Amino acid sequence: MTQYIQNFIKFRPLLKELVTRDIKTKYRRSVLGVLWTLLNPLLMMIVLSIVFSNLFRFRIENYPLYILSGQLIYNFFSEGTSRSMSAVIDNASLIKKVYIPKYLFAFSRILSSFINLMASFCALIIVMIFTDARLYYTVILAIIPIFLLTVFATGIGLILAAVAVKFRDMIHLYGVLLVVLNYLAPIIYPMSILPGKINLLVRLNPITQILNVFREVVIYGQLPSAGSVIYSLVMAVIALVIGLYVFYKNQDNFILNL
Amino acid sequence: MADIVIEVHDVSMKFNLSREKIDSLKEYIIKRIKNKISYDEFWALQDINLTVEKGEAVALIGLNGCGKSTLLKTVAGVLKPTKGYVKTWGTIAPLIELGAGFDIDLTAKENVYLNGAILGFSHEEMETHYQDIVDFSELHDFMDVPLKNFSSGMLARLAFAIATIGTPDILIVDEVLSVGDFKFQQKCEQRIKHMMTKDTSILFVSHSIEQVESLCTRAVWIEKGHVRMDGPVKEVCELYRQI
Repeated sequence: MTQYIQNFIKFRPLLKELVTRDIKTKYRRSVLGVLWTLLNPLLMMIVLSIVFSNLFRFRIENYPLYILSGQLIYNFFSEGTSRSMSAVIDNASLIKKVYIPKYLFAFSRILSSFINLMASFCALIIVMIFTDARLYYTVILAIIPIFLLTVFATGIGLILAAVAVKFRDMIHLYGVLLVVLNYLAPIIYPMSILPGKINLLVRLNPITQILNVFREVVIYGQLPSAGSVIYSLVMAVIALVIGLYVFYKNQDNFILNL
Repeated sequence: MADIVIEVHDVSMKFNLSREKIDSLKEYIIKRIKNKISYDEFWALQDINLTVEKGEAVALIGLNGCGKSTLLKTVAGVLKPTKGYVKTWGTIAPLIELGAGFDIDLTAKENVYLNGAILGFSHEEMETHYQDIVDFSELHDFMDVPLKNFSSGMLARLAFAIATIGTPDILIVDEVLSVGDFKFQQKCEQRIKHMMTKDTSILFVSHSIEQVESLCTRAVWIEKGHVRMDGPVKEVCELYRQI
């Protein structure tokens, strides 16, 4: 165990370099550069809130914020997991030639998505200020759902990364699964429109519970409900344990399949 | 007995060469049901034993495809042996393929830090070595140019300069000295020799017997995954030349 921790400390600079590389190359050659990290979600959110405050109005108070918060959580999950899925494959040339703990690649992708999430979160706050929505002090507690989601996404990302090395189909299949997941979480619709069985299914989705907590603390100014937090914590830990196990068991064979 | 820095114990490495590459789930399931997955087993290394002592320069020689590079990769920790184990003591600088960790969209300067991190150096440590890297690779005017505009010789110079910073305990060199012009090759050889005076052990692969004889003291001749001969460089090279 201490060996793993020592190894992690040794390669921590690499993790930092990988994350900065991710962020830097994404907006390379654009005039505004890294500023796009913030500008991109902000513009998206402005468009979305204009569209959704005039169109498709479910009977939800402050619908634009409802949908923006939903998008924010979902986008982080989908970006983080699908990018860490391809992390090992994308870095094949490196893995074949130098020894590096391989989970670092998957994890670095989660971290760079996390930075995008933080930028989106700032954009959300900016939108909230400009739409005269109330800002509650409970917004600080948003760290809880974000942390839970990061752990959950890391677990899922590790599973996907390990599977995708052996079966490249996973990349395409997961794209479809993400769409399913999008509709199985109350991102654009309220929970109240769902009939019995589907309602239960959506409730069992960890993303739903994390999103609930996020909305409670950011939009509604409530304390997070214990049930949602405990459920998503359990799911996140399960995902992480399975992810680490699957990844660890398969990592020595990666190089043979790359 | 001097300190051992590399211990290769009964290492065997098996590759499954599947007759056709199966990388889709559908194919895999269908073939699995039909029981049609067949592999050709290929033992790239068999029962290799090798110890390298501190400050020793060992050459691995052999024909193409005899398992030299596979052995280097197991020592570097890139491949995990199917049987047996490899133990190493101290830091390893692998020169297996130059520029493995380069990102061609980033500038040379950014790549220095990225590549350094891949080798396990922090940003601060790299800063202390930065000037040395620039001087050695003679790329003063190009450090802010993206690597995709570099020539292969420039890339090789930069990569060698980064990989050999500091004094690693083990230096693994695989065929990389054949790049660059003769002047740069001499410079690289000098740097390696300088490292040897500081007790760095070297594992060296080259097809140039002259280079092997000038750098190494001991040679291991590998043939079809087995050690055929292990001894002083002169004797081994003499016999090797006769085949």
